[in-house]
Amino acid sequence: MATYVPSRPGDQVGGGGDVPRPPNGGGDDGRYPDSNLPNYGARLRRARLGLICAIATVSMVFVSLTSAYIVRRGLPTFDESSRTYFRDWGSVQLPWLLLTINTALLLISSLTIEKARRNITRSAALAPVRSIPGISLDEERSFPWLGVTILLGFGFLIGQWMAWGELKGRGFFVNTNPNSSFIYLLTAAHAVHLAGGVVAMLWAGATSLLHRPVEGRRIAVDVTAWYWHFMAVLWLYIFALLAFVH
Amino acid sequence: MATSVTAHAHAGPQGFIRKYIFSLDHKVIGIQYFFLALTAVWVGMFLSLLMRIHLLWPGVTLPLVGDIKPETYLSLLTMHGTIMVFFVLTTAPQGGFGNYFLPIQIGAPDMAFPVLNMLSFWTTFVAFVVIIAAFFVSGGAPLHGWTGYPPLSALQSAGPGEGLGADLWITSIAIFCLASLMGALNFLTTTLDMRAKGMTMMRMPLTVWSWFITAILGLLAFGVLLSAGILLLMDRNMGTSFYVPLVVVNGQIMGHKGGSPLLWQHLFWFFGHPEVYIAILPGMGVASQILSTFSRKPIFGYKAMVYAMLAIGFFGFMVWGHHMFMSGMSPYSAFAFSLLTMCIGVPSAIKTFNWLGTMYKARIRFQTPMLYAIGFVSLFVSGGLSGPFLAQPVLDIQLHDTYFVVGHFHLIMGVAAIFGMFAATYYWVPKMFGRMMNETWGRIHFFITLAGTYAIFMPMHYLGIAGGTRRYSQYTEVAYLQKLMPLHQFMTYAAIITIAAQFIFVINLFWSIFRGPKASDNPWESTTLEWTTATPPPHDNFGGVTPVVHNGPYEYAVPGAARDFVMQTDPAAGTTH
Repeated sequence: MATYVPSRPGDQVGGGGDVPRPPNGGGDDGRYPDSNLPNYGARLRRARLGLICAIATVSMVFVSLTSAYIVRRGLPTFDESSRTYFRDWGSVQLPWLLLTINTALLLISSLTIEKARRNITRSAALAPVRSIPGISLDEERSFPWLGVTILLGFGFLIGQWMAWGELKGRGFFVNTNPNSSFIYLLTAAHAVHLAGGVVAMLWAGATSLLHRPVEGRRIAVDVTAWYWHFMAVLWLYIFALLAFVH
Repeated sequence: MATSVTAHAHAGPQGFIRKYIFSLDHKVIGIQYFFLALTAVWVGMFLSLLMRIHLLWPGVTLPLVGDIKPETYLSLLTMHGTIMVFFVLTTAPQGGFGNYFLPIQIGAPDMAFPVLNMLSFWTTFVAFVVIIAAFFVSGGAPLHGWTGYPPLSALQSAGPGEGLGADLWITSIAIFCLASLMGALNFLTTTLDMRAKGMTMMRMPLTVWSWFITAILGLLAFGVLLSAGILLLMDRNMGTSFYVPLVVVNGQIMGHKGGSPLLWQHLFWFFGHPEVYIAILPGMGVASQILSTFSRKPIFGYKAMVYAMLAIGFFGFMVWGHHMFMSGMSPYSAFAFSLLTMCIGVPSAIKTFNWLGTMYKARIRFQTPMLYAIGFVSLFVSGGLSGPFLAQPVLDIQLHDTYFVVGHFHLIMGVAAIFGMFAATYYWVPKMFGRMMNETWGRIHFFITLAGTYAIFMPMHYLGIAGGTRRYSQYTEVAYLQKLMPLHQFMTYAAIITIAAQFIFVINLFWSIFRGPKASDNPWESTTLEWTTATPPPHDNFGGVTPVVHNGPYEYAVPGAARDFVMQTDPAAGTTH
């Protein structure tokens, strides 16, 4: 009669015998196992983790576009009339004023969504206190920072649309030269991703109108806010690429 | 399950649409992926059969297909490769088995984002419909091969199939990329955040590690292919010149200039080489799981297996240039890519050594899953050994456009991965559907398929060394290639027999699902968490119980234990015999 004690170091050779085994808080579906109540902390952590993965893949998209940009910029092309090689990268007169205003709009929107994120984080933290019988806290009437951010997001997209219009007005189309091709491509790719952020904010706003629990709304706003900050940083990167490498 | 924490039990959706079509349950989604891949593999196999028949009898008119012209042959080649790589080798091991078993093996009730999981499947389904549509549009399917090299792929007038068919091909790939990215995000978050209590990373089954590392590769690689595809679509439809240089088609100068086809090759192979590991890593995980279970021994060198997979994944991103030795790259770059490619041999050899070590002096149970796992190792070694040849630039330049390469990648990436899927199917169908598959027919299927696989793909190596060029639709006009036709005949007959043998598998699968003997909860006497729950698993996987993990995943032949295996959930002390 031998007693099997598998946690003893060296006893388990089938994988991981000598590692500690702390509980890691997983294995749930975002609910407390004993009460079946929503575990918003776990859900927030999970959503943020998913966001990090999403940011990694969006980054890879722009890393690959950047490498294509740099490679294409250095390529020579053959001129059949002179029988020589030359660089066809070409120049583009960017609407810098409009792009600078757009940049300012996006940076301001990053601040406003951060305000929205902090406000709802505070409200979510107070939610358990509010639910205690006999405790009453004044309802906070905070400024609608999320709404302002949505407006600024739409403003940025409209601004980009105007910038493309101005480029066309100056005779630079998507196929005018490789430089213009990349300008349209990079700005459009960013705009598509940013539009996704606007949709996410609209969803977060809709959950507010639907009177969803503040802890749940907080997750939507939190993840959207971090994504939005990433969009702002990504835009600064594209802006710098167009300004300096251009 | 000796130790557990009581939790709530989910009620599953009852309506047919919510339960079976737009289901959020990872198990249903896994089965959907599995059957999508099963459909795709028959389409891909049928296309390969047409190619093999055409190579032997180029003048024959086939029913439904008609005459196979050279461009038709290239379309078959393109669609066979694309469907097999994306909709079979990427879809079944990760989307199918990964979706079904990753949450259960880590003790989670579902994926982290069930809605995203459902979207991922249906997006893959749309991608499949779009690529199949390419057969039926004007001009037919594209000619440019699964690698889609420009300028052929970038010019609508480059040939039949390069019009709408090529647009659909690129669109399908782009949609597939989005689906894979959604899936990868879900796999990573689930693995990192939803493991049961006690399920440390180093207690995860090697299958989970393989799906996890595959998801990392997918997350980083598919975004690059998506970007490359968008640039290609723009070159084709918006007049840009990312990939297309000054080019003349049928005496007419096209409107492009200055682009570089090599830019596409770099972007494509930055995705393309990790894709090889996206296809094969889950097979490695399954083989490890099954070899340990049926050898009744712990996996040899668990941690080494984990680190080897991580190393393979890491090096997978460093070696894309070995697909481009023919492109005239700098010898210094070629040397670096060659050296890094050889480095992959080290973790691959560690894995092979450990698989053999697992089986060494074991009381092996030679049941069908085990046969397929051994077959996987065999094919991995056979296909892998030709890798170092092709990693040498001077040899690659000689062999690159020959059947040697076709034989190499079909053994290592294609059939080895498919053997992993067969192993997984025979191993997990009892858990998925609650019925055992027929063992006799499983063995017959295995032996015919293994022999057939070698009969098809080993001669390709000799064919390649003899100068047998790939991608040619017929060899009737080339005198020296005529001498190689007997080999082609042999391979075609072998292909016909091997494909016919797959009917045994399909009939066995469907017969077993509905009529097979009922499976117990743990028919293979395995140790991982999926074997602790009911067969088939309930909606929330563990029937209202949250498993607690105490042991590593491969505790077989443990001294002092009551049986020759210890479940992962067995409590830390007290088991006696």
